[in-house]
Amino acid sequence: MAAGVAAWLPFARAAAIGWMPVANLPMPVAPTNKNKHQDEIIILNVSGRRFQTWRNTLDRYPDTLLGSSEKEFFFNEETREYFFDRDPDLFRSILNFYRTGKLHYPRYECISAYDEELAFFGIIPEIISDCCYEEYKDRKRENIERLMDDLEDNKDSKLPNMTFRETMWRAFENPHTSTMALVFYYVTGFFIAISVLTNVVETVPCSYMPNQRDIPCGERYTEAFFCMDTACVMIFTVEYLMRLFAAPSRYRFMRSVMSIIDVVAILPYYIGLVMTNNEDVSGAFVTLRVFRVFRIFKFSRHSQGLRILGYTLKSCASELGFLLFSLTMAIIIFATVMFYAEKGSSSSKFTSIPASFWYTIVTMTTLGYGDMVPKTIAGKIFGSICSLSGVLVIALPVPVIVSNFSRIYHQNQRADKRRAQKVQKAKLARMRISKNGSSSAFLHSKRNGLNQSLELTGSLEEDQHLKKTTSLLESQHHHLLHCLEKTTNHEFVDERLYEQGYLQTALQNFPSQSPSLSSEEGITGTCCSRRTKKNIPPLSATNTHSHTHNLQELSALHIQCGEQHPLNTSRSSLNLMSDESGSLNCKSSGLVTTAIISIPTPPSNNSRANPDAPPPANPDAPPLPNPGTDVVRISAL
Amino acid sequence: MSSRRRRCKRQLIKFTQHIARLITGTLSSDNEDEEQESTTLRYHPENLEQLQSQTHFSRQELQLLYRGFKNDCPSGVVNEDTFKNIYALFFPLGDSSKYAQFLFNAFDKDKNGSLSFEELVCDLSVLLRGTTEEKLNWAFNLYDINKDGQITKEEMLDILKSIYDLMGKSIHPRLKEEALRQHVRMFFQKMDINQDGVVTIDEFIDCCQKDENIMQSLKIFDNAV
Repeated sequence: MAAGVAAWLPFARAAAIGWMPVANLPMPVAPTNKNKHQDEIIILNVSGRRFQTWRNTLDRYPDTLLGSSEKEFFFNEETREYFFDRDPDLFRSILNFYRTGKLHYPRYECISAYDEELAFFGIIPEIISDCCYEEYKDRKRENIERLMDDLEDNKDSKLPNMTFRETMWRAFENPHTSTMALVFYYVTGFFIAISVLTNVVETVPCSYMPNQRDIPCGERYTEAFFCMDTACVMIFTVEYLMRLFAAPSRYRFMRSVMSIIDVVAILPYYIGLVMTNNEDVSGAFVTLRVFRVFRIFKFSRHSQGLRILGYTLKSCASELGFLLFSLTMAIIIFATVMFYAEKGSSSSKFTSIPASFWYTIVTMTTLGYGDMVPKTIAGKIFGSICSLSGVLVIALPVPVIVSNFSRIYHQNQRADKRRAQKVQKAKLARMRISKNGSSSAFLHSKRNGLNQSLELTGSLEEDQHLKKTTSLLESQHHHLLHCLEKTTNHEFVDERLYEQGYLQTALQNFPSQSPSLSSEEGITGTCCSRRTKKNIPPLSATNTHSHTHNLQELSALHIQCGEQHPLNTSRSSLNLMSDESGSLNCKSSGLVTTAIISIPTPPSNNSRANPDAPPPANPDAPPLPNPGTDVVRISAL
Repeated sequence: MSSRRRRCKRQLIKFTQHIARLITGTLSSDNEDEEQESTTLRYHPENLEQLQSQTHFSRQELQLLYRGFKNDCPSGVVNEDTFKNIYALFFPLGDSSKYAQFLFNAFDKDKNGSLSFEELVCDLSVLLRGTTEEKLNWAFNLYDINKDGQITKEEMLDILKSIYDLMGKSIHPRLKEEALRQHVRMFFQKMDINQDGVVTIDEFIDCCQKDENIMQSLKIFDNAV
């Protein structure tokens, strides 16, 4: 339970008086506060610095070191204080957690020291409050990554049992894993450079003879260039095929950006091979050669910086889009204005608005070629406004992009979106943990049959024995929830059991529609062996609160389970007292179908005897007179 | 109609102010935040002796209660949302907001929307240390949502629904609408003596005092502090 609500528990319990008049069942006994000592101040001596607090404050979190009896190990008899040989500075935040219910992470502290302290005092880091949680997680992740980087450098040995394919893929991805990979890496890089250089040099004019016209080198040394091109494309094709073979998921590899670049880089060559003879499409063929320049993008496999640049552009897509949009708006506006301003002047270059676009772009980006200049006064005024605003519009989104790039480059982070998703998921997980904590504690104690001691007719010795296992606060909280169950005549169940319970209610509905199903218990395993009518009379003899029967429809079924389930022990005795709405989950009910529960080892004649001399007649005797059977009653409400 | 026109004028003035600020370039500080003064009240309760005389609690018990109260509500009063949040922590599986609201209305005697420490402690002393008649009085007050001195079937249905909501979804057997109505019917069968469809306070107290069960249950929280 969270802090502070310990103080409100009396209010909540008092408010439960409101349920009493509408409840029809008797309430369980409240846990008594046996050791009702006055609230005392305890002294915690942490390496010499003395902290003092109320004992109640520490008792708020019984599953931590300070809140449980574990702190007794640190009790110093002579000085009557608890001595901890830990860091007093860090202890401050831990003690504040008990006081305020919020755990804060001090920013100046080392993350691993803090983690150790939390682990020592039994506090899980997930309950760090929201104000400090982001910081904590960031620092923790940095720490882990740093450790992992160190580890990775050491742990580059070849893992055993890797298939040839996996080895190859690993070699492709991390060139420094083996010399072979490194060689391959450099060779491909070299050939990419050669290929790009070839494409460039191809177009340089080199003259045959000094007085003849210049023709590009490509046309002069056609075979040489063709050989170079072929060699490069061979290498690239082989590399691509090898990567395709080695990829763990070929489909995903083929969709990745790098492989698309590879394909686009080598495809023109092959298309060119096919279409060489056809004169008509040579124009298109020439255009295709442009795509050869894409080979330069293959360098991004070799350069981390290039990859980050590409990644930055992708992540700054919104800023780039904004830049583009605002530029477009401004261009259109100014082009229109300039056109109409220059309409009057003769021999004006501003022949149409689209023609003015060129002027506007050149002016706004402060290029100023000077091929189009305004001549009228109005044109000059608006032209100057245009260039001034151009500076502004372009200057605004650029720093954002730059800072993005620098951030990503230096930290090498994952995408912000993925991080936000993880934070969201972690937050939901934390809320679920804290929510489930208290509810599961109650269900857990129910399952352990602790609540049976809280029955009105419970014996006192059991009471005392069980009290030691849960703190007073918890037992009071559980008592409250138990009262609620009694008021509403429904029970809390675990979510897993809820599904099973659902199955069982489906089961109940089936036989309740055929009330005259004869009692054919035994090996055939029909589910309803008895109608309760036979059992209600003996029960009401023991049960003083007969009006509870009016509540329930009289179709409680008996299901014989072959196995003994620890749950049955407590629950059936609970059932005997006053509450018939319990439902037990037999282990064998894993085999529940809507019609039949199969019974592994049903005793044949005992089952007949059972309903007549039911366990309920003897509440104190062990509820299972026959070790072979369990009697499970499910009442349909 | 006039209010609309007033709003329009106000917005127009704000707009022109905005334009003027834009043109002249004054930095628009957060004026809205300045206007919002801190509305949290500081409230402190009456002194210990007075509370001691008004309630059945001892001095130490009052000290204990107040320390816990002040920890969660440093301003000295609990408003409805805080109350709902605190109450929700006790019933993590269900939805406690409706019942917490009824409780809040029952506690809040002077209907000012917030509970002071005195109101809480006085009611607490009635519930934990008062006579059964006082407790039943309080319970009647809780059920009577509109405080008209009568509990109608609808009010009872609302109350019961809110109590069942405290349990949440994973309960066994599954909650059916009919079970709720049955519960209400049983309650009225028991309490409504003259069968006029409403339960008055005298009927309520009479019936409860005759019922052993209820009398017994009212005593179980006597040692809660």
